[in-house]
Amino acid sequence: MSSRDKILATIKNNQPDQRDLPAITPPAAGSLSDLSRQFIEVLEGIGGRAYIVSGWQRIATILKEQYTNTHRIVSTCPELSGLAEVSQHYEDPHTLENVELAVLEAHFAVAENGACWITEEKMIERVLPFIAQNLALVLRRKDIVPNMYEAYERIAGAEYGFGAFIAGPSKTADIEQSLVLGAHGPKSMTVFLLDEEMSDAGYY
Amino acid sequence: MSKQDHAALADEFNKDEPRVDWHDKTLWFVREKRDKAAQKVPEWEWLRDTASKIKDNVLSNLSEYLTLFEEQATRNGIVVHWAADAKEHNEIVYGLLQRHKIDMMVKSKSMLTEECHLNEFLKEKGLDVVDTDLGERVVQLAGEPPSHIVLPCIHKKKEEIGEIFHEHLGTPAGNADPQFLTHAARLHLREKFLTRRAALTGVNFAIAETGEFVVCTNEGNADMGAHLAEIHIACMGIEKLIPQRKHLGVFLRLLTRSATGQPITTYSSHFKRPRPGQEMHIVIVDNGRSIQLGRKDFRNSLKCIRCAACFNTCPVYRRSGGHSYHTAVAGPIGSILSPNLDMKQYSDLPFASTLCGSCSNVCPVKIDIHEQLYRWRQVIVQEGYAPAGKKLAMKTMNWVLSNPSVYHTAGKAGRFFMLNAPFTVNNRLNPWWKGRDMPEVPKESFGQWYKKNRK
Repeated sequence: MSSRDKILATIKNNQPDQRDLPAITPPAAGSLSDLSRQFIEVLEGIGGRAYIVSGWQRIATILKEQYTNTHRIVSTCPELSGLAEVSQHYEDPHTLENVELAVLEAHFAVAENGACWITEEKMIERVLPFIAQNLALVLRRKDIVPNMYEAYERIAGAEYGFGAFIAGPSKTADIEQSLVLGAHGPKSMTVFLLDEEMSDAGYY
Repeated sequence: MSKQDHAALADEFNKDEPRVDWHDKTLWFVREKRDKAAQKVPEWEWLRDTASKIKDNVLSNLSEYLTLFEEQATRNGIVVHWAADAKEHNEIVYGLLQRHKIDMMVKSKSMLTEECHLNEFLKEKGLDVVDTDLGERVVQLAGEPPSHIVLPCIHKKKEEIGEIFHEHLGTPAGNADPQFLTHAARLHLREKFLTRRAALTGVNFAIAETGEFVVCTNEGNADMGAHLAEIHIACMGIEKLIPQRKHLGVFLRLLTRSATGQPITTYSSHFKRPRPGQEMHIVIVDNGRSIQLGRKDFRNSLKCIRCAACFNTCPVYRRSGGHSYHTAVAGPIGSILSPNLDMKQYSDLPFASTLCGSCSNVCPVKIDIHEQLYRWRQVIVQEGYAPAGKKLAMKTMNWVLSNPSVYHTAGKAGRFFMLNAPFTVNNRLNPWWKGRDMPEVPKESFGQWYKKNRK
């Protein structure tokens, strides 16, 4: 008998009587009014930052203030071709090691924990959001859900090979509980919330 | 493995009192962060209850969920392996590396591989394994096991870490700044990520419905390793299964709030298919878990999601340190998991508790930890694994309490000695005297008082 069959037989023999799955709809639904405020507050609390922007033009302006043309910037967004390499694929992901900034589009964000959901077709290469020294994610301001329950309502049936919730910069507090941003992955995370109705003189 | 028991190892830890105070406070600080995070979620108690019920369902259908998971993962292009015990697990991992002629590997945090002593096994075979979680790297360089499942080097002061890095990574002597040391580790480990062809990760949750698995880290080390490697090996215990993807909407809300007080880990990575050209393997490990499933009183321990909230709240863990538990998973949960693995070797652990119940109160999946600790004590004594001293004391107590004349004489003798020769009890031979003053001695027993005052 293989280990597989032996393990499964012992489990079958030892598992308790059937217990039904509970309902998982939370008792109180999250408030649907301006979730971007809560999202930004939580994101800042975990070391990230956010801008509400009217469009790609504004994103490019902000990034140009922070990065020079000596920095390697990689993006999926054709709107940023003025300052970034826009590519769909790299033969060897190791060559992304010196990327200073990756600018990628995320599907949606979660207000309760500052996380953004992104799947591999938006990552160029799976390693990019992790290997880049800095990460910027772009999503529509209206694509913020209140909590993880709603998040999984959205992706319960989604098809992907790899996907991740990313909440803030890479971090560690392993040395005496002192928080340090930039453990192995990005040292900073910026989220751009697109809102066409915003004026560029908006509050962020 | 140490031959000393928890009490002896805790004694050792307690020789440095200021360090014990520091350790105690550091962990309590983490517990307080957990409280603040939990209190921000109005439906927190509902979440705990729901998570516990989902796990009840998982345990009652585990063989079916595992079969479904295997089927789906295989369909996704992942190769599934089964290991009955630690030895088979280690051999599977070794076999995979050998087949690819790989002798160096990066590894992110996996308590299962600690349980199986994979690093030692591979080292003996001449392979080099680099732990990439910062805390794990620190203890690996120090030649120690992790002392905490979430904060592996919580027992180390920054000055000690500075020294370890000075010796192994060449950082300047005397520099103990966490920011500086973390940056040094970042550079040191980046080189490893970029040059290793194999990566091993743990698994936080495996989803039966879709055949995918989720790995949670703050550092991003699991992703750096897995997405650069040609071969990704993920190792999981059979109890990591959850039925459907949507159930993550319960568990991911609980895990990190309970662990560190963060609303979620920085990265919650969902691996469903290998990337083109990559090999992805899952090793499903039993190692005693299916036996624990059959122990009615203890099977709930398999609900554990490894947040370590029970460690941080435990007055014994905080004051005795993780190494005193001489097992991969320390703390209250380790004390109910380990006796299942080896009742003799870990017979001391269920006694390393005050049974205050704080662990059960913070557990995000509502495991009745302190009640299981209490029940393990009875099993251990019945099976004959109680320490000789405790057995003798219990037998003596039984004899004294079942013989009224012996009882009265013993009471008189006790009062006499405590009153007239206190040094006979206030000494190191009496474990009650350690850290306590003995009570003031009454002049007479209650029996004597009652006889006198009854009229």
